[in-house]
Amino acid sequence: MNDPLIIAGKSYSSRLLVGTGKYKDFAETRAALDASGAEIVTVAIRRTNLGQNANEPNLLDAVPPSQFTYLPNTAGCYSADDAVRTLRLARELLDGHSLVKLEVLGDPQSLYPNVIETIAAAKTLVADGFQVMVYTSDDPIVAKQLEDIGCVAIMPLASLIGSGMGILNPWNLQLVMERVSVPVIVDAGVGTASDAAIAMELGCDGVLMNTAIAAAQNPVLMASAMKQGVAAGRAAYLAGRMPKKLYSASPSSPTSGMIGKS
Amino acid sequence: MITIHINGEPRQLEHAISVAELIAAMNLTGKRIALERNGDIVPRSTFSSQTLADGDKLEIVVAVGGG
Repeated sequence: MNDPLIIAGKSYSSRLLVGTGKYKDFAETRAALDASGAEIVTVAIRRTNLGQNANEPNLLDAVPPSQFTYLPNTAGCYSADDAVRTLRLARELLDGHSLVKLEVLGDPQSLYPNVIETIAAAKTLVADGFQVMVYTSDDPIVAKQLEDIGCVAIMPLASLIGSGMGILNPWNLQLVMERVSVPVIVDAGVGTASDAAIAMELGCDGVLMNTAIAAAQNPVLMASAMKQGVAAGRAAYLAGRMPKKLYSASPSSPTSGMIGKS
Repeated sequence: MITIHINGEPRQLEHAISVAELIAAMNLTGKRIALERNGDIVPRSTFSSQTLADGDKLEIVVAVGGG
């Protein structure tokens, strides 16, 4: 079935986006990425280690930008200014690549987004030519404002970053989806494959995760499970589920032809 | 002698050298890096033409694993 995810005019066949952090080594990162089928992968931008061995392994060798769509993030930024600076460095680092993940955090305990700083950064970045996929709360009004600013995807949390708590408020996700027309991608909170499936069954356009795969006992197997969870949830959404009702007077087997009837 | 800051750490230089010369001294030539000088991006194409000055604050970054 041809059912592409379209972000900023570009088609992707995978609706699973994954992070590249927290893996044991780059080999495991690459194996998990391959098992997930993800095409879009997030990366962080950090100061280079000044004393580093120039030949030490590099993420870009294990995960070549020629084979994946890089999504540089602003993880760890607590102000709009820091986020904008980080993504300008990312664009220079990645030869003008403009598709980015904006996240501006509110506090280091919860990693909950600071939507005021996020909105300020989004305005600056969109005006500067970036294609902004934005991590935000599941507030539908903020989501609509971010779309109006020009963000190319709205990425609400399902629960807190790294918590693995799953989809805590499906109703708010539905409110977000009703209000915005750009893709809605659940970013943060997924813990296992059923969480990813639930997000997709709700009608989300994709799911972005890192810890759920990297912190699994077997990350590569979990990456494969997530791929299947996202695909199953998407298919169920497109198929259209039966309505829920407390009980049914319509059994699945025929009511006629029962033995012993006179 | 001039003093610059690279990623928050002070570094003394005998004289004002170019960004490209600094990158070479740090064994970063050809590496996938991006550089910011006093808050502004320094395009790779201008590494040779920009000369460092006393008090410059540089940020040199790379891509790392992240979510």
